[in-house]
Amino acid sequence: MSDAPAIELRDVHLAFGENEILTGVDLRIAPRERLVVLGQSGSGKSTLLRLILGILKPTRGSVQFQGREVSKMRRRKLNAMRQKVGMVYQYSALISSLSVRDNLALPLEELTDKTRDEIDALVDEKLTLVGMSDARDKMPAELSGGMRKRIGLARGIIMDPELILYDEPSAGLDPVISSVIDGLIIELSEKIGATSIIVTHEMGSAFKVATRIAMLFRGRIIAEDTPDGIRNSADPVVAQFISGDTEGPILEGGK
Amino acid sequence: MINPLPYVRSMLQHLSSVVWLLVQTVQEMGDHIRRGRFPFRLASFFEQADRVGFGSIPLVALVSFFIGLTMALLTGYQLQPFGQERLVPPLVAIGFTRELGPLMTGIMVAARIGAAYTAELGTMTVAEEVEAIEAMGLGPLRFLVSPRLLAVFLLMPCLVVVSDLTAVGGAAMISRWAFDIPFQSFAESAVEKLVIRDIIAGVVKSFLFGLIIGLVACYKGLTVRGGAAGVGHATTESVVVAITTVIGFDTLCNLVLVSLFDK
Repeated sequence: MSDAPAIELRDVHLAFGENEILTGVDLRIAPRERLVVLGQSGSGKSTLLRLILGILKPTRGSVQFQGREVSKMRRRKLNAMRQKVGMVYQYSALISSLSVRDNLALPLEELTDKTRDEIDALVDEKLTLVGMSDARDKMPAELSGGMRKRIGLARGIIMDPELILYDEPSAGLDPVISSVIDGLIIELSEKIGATSIIVTHEMGSAFKVATRIAMLFRGRIIAEDTPDGIRNSADPVVAQFISGDTEGPILEGGK
Repeated sequence: MINPLPYVRSMLQHLSSVVWLLVQTVQEMGDHIRRGRFPFRLASFFEQADRVGFGSIPLVALVSFFIGLTMALLTGYQLQPFGQERLVPPLVAIGFTRELGPLMTGIMVAARIGAAYTAELGTMTVAEEVEAIEAMGLGPLRFLVSPRLLAVFLLMPCLVVVSDLTAVGGAAMISRWAFDIPFQSFAESAVEKLVIRDIIAGVVKSFLFGLIIGLVACYKGLTVRGGAAGVGHATTESVVVAITTVIGFDTLCNLVLVSLFDK
């Protein structure tokens, strides 16, 4: 792994009016790494992904993608940067008026000069990769939650991104489909060599897919370690989060 | 006493956001042109144009026909005692070409198309579809707003022509039956009194109303908050704001046109 981070967040603060979501997040993500960000619901995990994509701007601090400040990018640079990033949404966010094929083909048609045949070949390749080649001509409304998630994943990687952001990829899925999604995350990361940031609070998935885990609590990263390091962490917040105990600092009002 | 300042501030904020939406949409289209690409998806534009244009013809034609017919009937009966029913054809023709055609079509399009745009974009916003389009670097305004805005902007004058013609048709039919005005006399009298500035005023208004309806509907749809209830609320607001703004701008246009040309 090279030393230059793919993503670097320095002292990132974000507030919506009086409501402070992030209060000084520092995080470096190396190329090809699979970083899992753990945290309670509403702790600002998904917000982190939107900051990296430049959809939200930090009220203070710096968010860098490949050494370039995301919040200072103008629209055209930002759109060019976003083409290197694949985002997989919690509820898939497939465009409901387009078929599965058209959902996947959309960025290729709009942003590349590929021919229809080349686009169709790429769509088929990605659908095969996520095991959904039969769903090519279906509409999103005809698919189950797990199927939609896999299509969302295929759309996320259609442009062969250098960074893939996963927002709760296995939330709300049955354990088998959840394992399938986890396997896909690992496979895709290894196959296309992309850096991955996975936001989740599913502990099983986190330990399975992560090469490193960070824990977000009260707007800050309070722990960062390998999966084993996090599993054996002495930090009471991390320990309570992993064990799921109702007694502890998380529900008591903090460390 | 109610303090009007917060309302004025909120109105100005919305107004500046709508202008920002228009500017950003044009800029995103410009970005795409600079990359040597067509500024919007043609298929999407034709789909919207079909919906705004062909889809609205039955409603616009039917309502305008009835209004034209009623207008001719009521004014004709008022004018008949004075032997002035021959004024019915120019009255309906000028009234519709210059005023009622654009206004009635604006109200119908705001209710039919504006509501649909807001509900559609609002649902997409709530389902994170708009954000997903933004995250892919596609430019959601160019992709979603530009075909809709262009369709309603370009098709409004066509619908106004349909409205004018059907209203005059309705008026001609009732005039033939109630006041014994032959179709040919009706047509000649209507065309004789209609001046080019009435037609230009109607066309300018219809472009303007189309732009207002499209912008208000897209803005309300893209700023939806709060799930299904939010979509419902935004859709109602979109129709109310668009109709009120159309009527407001119509009044403003009339004041300007009358002071410039009719004195």
